[in-house]
Amino acid sequence: MNERSERTSDTVSYLIRNAKILGGAPQDLHLADGVIRAIGTGLAVEADIEIDATGMIVLPGLVDLHTHLREPGREDAETVLTGTQAAAMGGFTAVHAMANTTPVADTAGVVEQVWRLGQEAGYCDVQPVGAVTVGLEGKKLAELGAMHESAANVRVFSDDGKCVDDAVLMRRALEYVKAFDGVVAQHAQEPRLTEGAQMNEGQVSGELGLGGWPAVAEESIIARDVLLAAHVGSRLHVCHLSTAGSVEIVRWAKSKGWDVTAEVTPHHLLLTDEMVRSYDPVYKVNPPLRTAEDVQALRKALADGTIDAVATDHAPHPAEDKDCEWAVAAMGMVGLETALSVVQQTMVDTGLLNWEGVADRMSHRPARIGRLSGHGRPVSVGEPANLVLFDPAYRGAVNPDSFATRSRNTPYKGMDLPGRVHATFLRGRATVLAGELAEQGGPE
Amino acid sequence: MKRHLVSAADLSRDDALLILDTAEELAQLSGRAVKKLPTLRGRTVVNLFFEDSTRTKTSFEVAEKRLSADVINFSAKGSSVSKGESLKDTALTLQAMGADAVVIRHHASGAPARLAQSDWLHGSVINAGDGTHEHPTQALLDAFTMRRHLNAGAGNDLAGRRVTIVGDVLHSRVARSNVHLLTTLGAQVTFVAPPTLLPIGIENWPCEVSYDLDSVLPKTDALMMLRVQRERMNAAFFPTEREYSRRYGMNGIRMAQLPEHAIVMHPGPMVRGMEITAEVADSPRCTVVEQVANGVSVRMAVLYLLLGGAVFADGPADTAPRTDSVENAQ
Repeated sequence: MNERSERTSDTVSYLIRNAKILGGAPQDLHLADGVIRAIGTGLAVEADIEIDATGMIVLPGLVDLHTHLREPGREDAETVLTGTQAAAMGGFTAVHAMANTTPVADTAGVVEQVWRLGQEAGYCDVQPVGAVTVGLEGKKLAELGAMHESAANVRVFSDDGKCVDDAVLMRRALEYVKAFDGVVAQHAQEPRLTEGAQMNEGQVSGELGLGGWPAVAEESIIARDVLLAAHVGSRLHVCHLSTAGSVEIVRWAKSKGWDVTAEVTPHHLLLTDEMVRSYDPVYKVNPPLRTAEDVQALRKALADGTIDAVATDHAPHPAEDKDCEWAVAAMGMVGLETALSVVQQTMVDTGLLNWEGVADRMSHRPARIGRLSGHGRPVSVGEPANLVLFDPAYRGAVNPDSFATRSRNTPYKGMDLPGRVHATFLRGRATVLAGELAEQGGPE
Repeated sequence: MKRHLVSAADLSRDDALLILDTAEELAQLSGRAVKKLPTLRGRTVVNLFFEDSTRTKTSFEVAEKRLSADVINFSAKGSSVSKGESLKDTALTLQAMGADAVVIRHHASGAPARLAQSDWLHGSVINAGDGTHEHPTQALLDAFTMRRHLNAGAGNDLAGRRVTIVGDVLHSRVARSNVHLLTTLGAQVTFVAPPTLLPIGIENWPCEVSYDLDSVLPKTDALMMLRVQRERMNAAFFPTEREYSRRYGMNGIRMAQLPEHAIVMHPGPMVRGMEITAEVADSPRCTVVEQVANGVSVRMAVLYLLLGGAVFADGPADTAPRTDSVENAQ
């Protein structure tokens, strides 16, 4: 019984000993035939591989609502294979692949291609996001229905990277996707207020002489969108919410009973615009890093459920796009492999959220927003074995050279972050075992 | 101070005074027939200019040559830089060529900071103006000019002197460097501008802010007018050129409101008729031409202190140039 196996497949069964399900009392889990076969203390069952999980936490497989896999088009930054490997290493069993590829995922053909590449890779379910408008240009609706009816079964639509700033187009998109229970995920950024924007507009941008990205550019769009969603009775999801003011608007919309959800990235829970003083473009991201007050408001909102989900906005970039002066650097950070550790540091170790809460914000709720029926399920007998085994006691410096993602643009290099993914299971198959990628045999 | 001069905020009071005092001694040279010192003989200084700048570039070049440095002008226009070569590769190239110092002017805020922090090159980095961030040698020459007029003498600072800076503070690297340096030297800085041309968060800067030029003039020892680009009008920073001139421009009537001893400064290039009238620009109180001359002395002092081996505040500071010739030159 060695924890490492030469080859895993869905015929391999696992017995996980003494794991704390959602942080509860230690129990054993038996995984076989793709499902959780049994849960109990001192389980007397035979399994191919036994894992001593003493001290470790079991969570449902994480679901990311916001991932840039870059394929097709920027395979130098990431491919579906490397991106889903990174996802597995981070404990994810499903990711939503954003539409800003080249070509843009604005047709059934492209979303099916991305979906199929995910199936072939086998590390993580890839749920493509469809573009709202043709070419992300904000002029004309893409064929949203065709993308929904394709094999990719798209339900989340977003022009992420760009804002659907035309109010009429946004209203129509919100209305149109109701026909198939879709949701528009808005990248809230008023374009005129953010022309030439380089970082959060505030004390630091003034001193550094970098073009400001004011909070109001995000908040004004969110305010408009929640009102539009209410007016037409649609579902709205707010991407990477980053300011205290945005939290207040979403809180107000929810108090009205409107169907509005929101996500926050790990980096907005941890980092502030003070980091930009180094002019190191590894801190350049959109929306930008905000102030310490914003960080506190975001943590509180995630804790009280105003913010529904943590989403990585994993945005890989090749080295040359970051190894340059700030103004010409690309925006974005990789985040799949550090997300859970950042959430432990900012939410769990601070006492704001317990592991049950982490499961809710990183698995249950994002799965529900994306309407992924097989993910975000309870950890109980008979459920699909989409699980992550996490060691919260681990401490170590982040080493980008060990990443599975093809890119290295992490703001956490050398930073001590708590916790480490020990194993990830996708429908009973280990995609990660003993902290290392398991070889996959392609589609099930 | 460190190996580099990237921000005026990096300068302690002692650093700043050492530079000003050194510049004062080096200024004696300009009156001599032979204006050259051998101090930087055999050292290579690269002027790396990504942005057009005749004045600053010429000023640095004169300073470098007066110190006998080997000078290389690396202009982004017409070089591989304009063909898409990265800042990193340019820096690696200069390193390979043995640059002892790189004087960089760049349109991107923070580019000199990137160079200084990277391991791309090992020489000193001197910021000759980066985007809308800083222009520390301009602030040094401004402080030098103010000291000569308002508190002349080696070792003197600008304690209690009232400096008013008027114009496009939002986009001004001169304003940013000046507020750091002048505050370090004990001066009181007041910015005057329409609210649209002031950065968010300025209330936390170590300065006063006013929207009313006329009320500040009588309480001013040095008045610095900043260039205002006409194109700003198109982005709605102010309605028209004429309205800007009326509300924030310097003219003869306003000059009469200044105290007798007050000077009028401008970092150049001036937009006559916009922020300053010819009457003011050509008056004896205007120090524009003097600032240009002082710029050479101050840049010589910076190069001398960074490359000549003297250590700024964090070591046993040399209060006078250490090696050769300045004493001899007097």
